[in-house]
Amino acid sequence: MFDLRDLYLQVIVDHNKAPRNFGKLAHFNHEADGYNPLCGDRLHVYLDVNDDGMIEDVSFEGEGCAISVASASLMTEAVKGTPLSEFAQKFDMFQHMVTSDLDETPDEEALGKLAVLAGVREFPSRIKCASLCWHTLKSAVTDSHTIAKTE
Amino acid sequence: MFDIEKIRGDFPILNQQVYGKPLAYLDNAATTQKPQCVIDAVNHYYTCDNANVHRGVHALSERATANYEAARQRIASFFNARSEREVIFTRGTTEAINLIASSWGGAHIGAGDEVLITHMEHHSDIVPWQMLCERTGATLKVAPINERGELIMDAFEALLSERTKIVGVVHMSNALGSINPVERIIEKAHAVGAKVLVDGAQAAGHMAVDVQAMDCDFYVTSAHKMYGPTGIGVLIGRESILESMPPYQGGGDMILTVSFEKTEYNDLPYKFEAGTPHIAGVIGFGKAIEYIQGIGFDVIAKREKELLAYATAKAEAFDGLRQIGTAAHKACVLSFVLDQVHPHDLGTIVDREGVAIRAGHHCAMPVMQFFKVPATARASFSVYNTEAEVDSLFVALEKAKAIFA
Repeated sequence: MFDLRDLYLQVIVDHNKAPRNFGKLAHFNHEADGYNPLCGDRLHVYLDVNDDGMIEDVSFEGEGCAISVASASLMTEAVKGTPLSEFAQKFDMFQHMVTSDLDETPDEEALGKLAVLAGVREFPSRIKCASLCWHTLKSAVTDSHTIAKTE
Repeated sequence: MFDIEKIRGDFPILNQQVYGKPLAYLDNAATTQKPQCVIDAVNHYYTCDNANVHRGVHALSERATANYEAARQRIASFFNARSEREVIFTRGTTEAINLIASSWGGAHIGAGDEVLITHMEHHSDIVPWQMLCERTGATLKVAPINERGELIMDAFEALLSERTKIVGVVHMSNALGSINPVERIIEKAHAVGAKVLVDGAQAAGHMAVDVQAMDCDFYVTSAHKMYGPTGIGVLIGRESILESMPPYQGGGDMILTVSFEKTEYNDLPYKFEAGTPHIAGVIGFGKAIEYIQGIGFDVIAKREKELLAYATAKAEAFDGLRQIGTAAHKACVLSFVLDQVHPHDLGTIVDREGVAIRAGHHCAMPVMQFFKVPATARASFSVYNTEAEVDSLFVALEKAKAIFA
């Protein structure tokens, strides 16, 4: 049976305890708010895209459960220094991973560290915790001024 | 003599395992489980008596009507209403409050008037009043609470004035467990001419309510938090006030005669029960009341007090646990946060140990804001819970701590 330790992997616990890229960026040109009314999680992401279309820097602020904080932390690591044009594909890949059937093995090569969040599939009420930050970053990328939700 | 095994035997759902662990259902403030007698009553109605009420002249309709009205009588007597005309069935507490805000509020509240509530109200006793105030230009006033989660009575009284037209107050807070001094609140509110609605969603399954002794104008509650079905609740209102109120919804059953020129409304309580009601729900509600009466509130209250004391002692001894809501007068609810562990993670972790608790804002976001927490974990007790289940909760909390250590 699926164990709790498969959800709360050490990587997730670590990222929750010491989130990477946490805080407001000194210089940013995109930002967005995310909110999960179900649990009250709030998230704000900052994004700095340079003239070459590269994500120069990215960060987040907010409060939430371990899954949401770790997911945001891992997301910032995954997109920092990558072309903005690749974001949509990464977003889809992550969404697919957290909503796919349990018998589907995540593509660890493509997902990298993000694959540690595949465990949320076993916990339907927690999928939104993992995906809120991605929806929020998507809002920032598209300069949407509505608060991101996971619906 | 209190026989816990017999009581637990009345609730078939309790006898199961989740994730290979025995279920410890500690989310009773969200909804209680249903005894077999309630399930049987609903089942019997659909199996043998199903028909529409107040219409047919055939045997089934007469039986359905008789059972429906018998439940109303039982509920009237349970709450010591003056008559069955004061007992109006609704979808639940939320609809009952909306009914009052819309019908009574629409007729009696205007610009410059005030509606007074408390800081510990459930969203269902906040939002309908906000909507009413927006519509009418009235002002919503909020009486503060203290660090223990108790209403500050002096501040409450200071907010009462001749502008106060209605007071909405929760009898027992779902997020904190605090029990409000409703008799004193009602006395003070009546002294300035205000009406009082008491939200009994959390209280009515745990303590005897006598609407005449309390002297409230409206008492509202939901069956599903008192061992009855979901989707059914009750508004008990003072007859003279209900008489003066316009209908809430129009439709069948709430009329005497209809023509395109004029409709004559039905008498109480039917004036407020438009459409085919939740007949099975009402019958199940009546049976749930009978079940409570069979055990008795003295027994229920004593048992729940023991459980809360047991759990509270464990909580106080638990390193890193902060209780939210420590009112001197409280019942059934242990709301808390744990250092380093978000309530949402706690909810998931204890669930895998078979323990069902609520993690979230409990539809009381202002309470969370007051205590400066995004959410709390809440264990809430019922007469069928055991000390062993409380132990399971605390073992699971240790596990959560270990994961995040």
